[in-house]
Amino acid sequence: MPAPIRLRELIRTIRTARTQAEEREMIQKECAAIRSSFREEDNTYRCRNVAKLLYMHMLGYPAHFGQLECLKLIASQKFTDKRIGYLGAMLLLDERQDVHLLMTNCIKNDLNHSTQYVQGLALCTLGCMGSSEMCRDLAGEVEKLLKTSNSYLRKKAALCAVHVIRKVPELMEMFLPATKNLLSEKNHGVLHTSVVLLTEMCERSPDMLSHFRKLVPQLVRILKNLIMSGYSPEHDVSGISDPFLQVRILRLLRILGKGDDDSSEAMNDILAQVATNTETSKNVGNAILYETVLTIMDIKSESGLRVLAINILGRFLLNNDKNIRYVALTSLLKTVQTDHNAVQRHRSTIVDCLKDLDVSIKRRAMELSFALVNGNNIRGMMKELLYFLDSCDPDFKADCASGIFLAAEKYAPSKRWHIDTIMRVLTTAGSYVRDDSVPNLIQLITNSVEMHAYTVQRLYKALLDDISQQPLVQVASWCIGEYGDLLVSGQCEEEEPIQVSEDEVLDVLEGLLVSNLSTPVTRGYSLTAIMKLSTRFSSLNRIKKVVSIYGSSIDVELQQRAVEYNALFKKYDHMRPALLERMPIMEKTATNGPSETVQTNGETDSTILDTKHLPSISQPASQVGFLKHGFSIQTCAHFRSNPNPNIAVITIHATNSTEADMTEFVFQAAVPKTFQLQLLSPSSNVVPAFNQGSVTQVIRVLNPQKQQLRMRIKLTYTHKGSPVQDLAEVNNFPPQSWQ
Amino acid sequence: MQFMLLFSRQGKLRLQKWYVPLSDKEKKKITRELVQTVLARKPKMCSFLEWRDLKIVYKRYASLYFCCAIEDQDNELITLEIIHRYVELLDKYFGSVCELDIIFNFEKAYFILDEFLLGGEAQETSKKNVLKAIEQADLLQENFSSQSPHNCLSTP
Repeated sequence: MPAPIRLRELIRTIRTARTQAEEREMIQKECAAIRSSFREEDNTYRCRNVAKLLYMHMLGYPAHFGQLECLKLIASQKFTDKRIGYLGAMLLLDERQDVHLLMTNCIKNDLNHSTQYVQGLALCTLGCMGSSEMCRDLAGEVEKLLKTSNSYLRKKAALCAVHVIRKVPELMEMFLPATKNLLSEKNHGVLHTSVVLLTEMCERSPDMLSHFRKLVPQLVRILKNLIMSGYSPEHDVSGISDPFLQVRILRLLRILGKGDDDSSEAMNDILAQVATNTETSKNVGNAILYETVLTIMDIKSESGLRVLAINILGRFLLNNDKNIRYVALTSLLKTVQTDHNAVQRHRSTIVDCLKDLDVSIKRRAMELSFALVNGNNIRGMMKELLYFLDSCDPDFKADCASGIFLAAEKYAPSKRWHIDTIMRVLTTAGSYVRDDSVPNLIQLITNSVEMHAYTVQRLYKALLDDISQQPLVQVASWCIGEYGDLLVSGQCEEEEPIQVSEDEVLDVLEGLLVSNLSTPVTRGYSLTAIMKLSTRFSSLNRIKKVVSIYGSSIDVELQQRAVEYNALFKKYDHMRPALLERMPIMEKTATNGPSETVQTNGETDSTILDTKHLPSISQPASQVGFLKHGFSIQTCAHFRSNPNPNIAVITIHATNSTEADMTEFVFQAAVPKTFQLQLLSPSSNVVPAFNQGSVTQVIRVLNPQKQQLRMRIKLTYTHKGSPVQDLAEVNNFPPQSWQ
Repeated sequence: MQFMLLFSRQGKLRLQKWYVPLSDKEKKKITRELVQTVLARKPKMCSFLEWRDLKIVYKRYASLYFCCAIEDQDNELITLEIIHRYVELLDKYFGSVCELDIIFNFEKAYFILDEFLLGGEAQETSKKNVLKAIEQADLLQENFSSQSPHNCLSTP
């Protein structure tokens, strides 16, 4: 039996294959040879054969028959065998199959081996793919190695412990004693892995977190040494000493400082130092700054530090490196709610990012732009956003259009501007707007009484240009049907009225009916519009003719409409004027369809549209929820909101009669377990002094068990330079809001 | 880190390191889809993308793509440094590394990776120490295999 071919020989051979079939043939042949070699229990060449198998596995071929062979290699005394065996185990074995448990004993022995490199192999394998059963069996060994003075093993044991804890969280306690002096190590490898271990423990257990808070001064010291120490060739990356360790320490500090005043205070200086002294010319420096910013924003840092952090992000936005711009936008998106004003300062840079070539950057810039729109900047922002809508990828258009509609609704400076903006969206991205925006827009137009003539004229002109965008066509048909009389009488005040005859209008509408571009829904709209014009126009015969033709349409919906309209002409003509008269102002009902979302900081703005105009069957009663020398929060509960009677919608109005503004105002609420709460975005986070304005925020509470509504609220804000936190319970909601 | 993949411009896998338990079938599916997604990226795009619920960090070195999947709390920029450090280690070990080195010595590429990362996290931040450990382990290999007349792997 000739010796099996060497690994590299095999690789060379396989690479000469010119077709997939040729390759498969070679592989099959070699696999057969390997299989018989395994059957013969050949110890000498097992290593070589398994290595070849691993290569073929990487090419995508099955290699499960090598699993047991890997175990035999691991059990061998030869280091080469063990190395390949463990590699094979990590590549081929799966914790779902019981066969992996056979490794446990070998690993246990190897963890106690006299050669540290064998111990290392065992730790690595266990830490990479150890199952929960294996971890349970071997945790004790890992814990032992965590206390060794051999730094090569200690660092591996620490990461192995992390894996054990992830697999079997109950075992976390047993590693606690070994963590005692982990941070006094000089070895960077041990330090790094120790910080990772501590981070894992703190993230999983609040008790551990409180226990390890006392390490903050030590961590601060280590970080300081890293920054202040001179050049250390061993750990230097572009002039920065051990950036990996710096980043991990910053991350642990973030977890330890969150929600804790003392810890946050203790790390304030070092954070400021890192933020100002880190070299920003290379990616590595920016990586550290990025982590620093995340930490500053998450802990209880003083406002100066927070502003520093936002400014770093602002600088990131101007960086040539697109990766840096990307992380800046992501971070700003997270902080835009809490530090709104600070982020506003960078608005123009953010808007510039809309023109970036990278898709992810554009998306984030878009989301952030919507979050930054307010009453003051609406005109400028909308110009940019409309331009963006024009030129962006189709994937963006739907979200962008929805966002524009929402922003326009909230902050439109005038009705004319609002209509113009809607028109612009419909004409540029008309086929991408969501289906539910058509009824919303119709409602909006109906309620802008003085703009009817202008609106119908603009829509008519748009139809002359292009009838392919269905939402535009539908809104236009509806408007023409409704306000066609204004159109032909040339009553428009806002712009030069156009001269158009009844026949021309009917031509357009009939054109929609026959066009291939029109969907059935659109055809329905245009037929109805034609019918409505029978009470507004004088060309009755023409309309009657159209309606009767469609009485035999193949489209059942159209046919039904036509037949009914026909009946209206024939038998109920006396009712026709009343039935087809002008629509009254509509009350807005909550939209049922898929909600339009503009994600900001995890909260959806989707329901702002519908909650603003909820039909209140009885007047919303407002109660005072919270009162404190000069600061009051009134809650307004809207009850029996459509369509879900289990949802109570509460609007809070915060006013401030003191002489100083309340800035960085954040309202948080918690409800008992049987309720579910959704907090929508606040109108702003500054409550102006002297009652000059208010902050409103909408809360939706789902109360399926119809229990008494109670709420705990927490207010944080800055008043006269100092941060204030208030807690209160609100119990005085009227019974109708939850019954 | 959840996994790291190395693949060529033609989409051929050169290394796969998984730090989460997944079936072979799932790994193949993820690999196929992710490779397709990354290869479709234009050169001007940034090194990060969201894919399923993961953050993907990738960088191209010559003809090889190095692609990592990290978790939400992980720092993307430092992951780029991790990738770069791994490339430096390979470069030092092989002496001006190229794709062929990794193809013909894939097991060594794994050994180096396993001395640098463990369970998805960096275990050693000193380049020198990682290379020293590999060197020593290689010597052990030579020692053992020199006892048997058939050299399994050390000679190509």
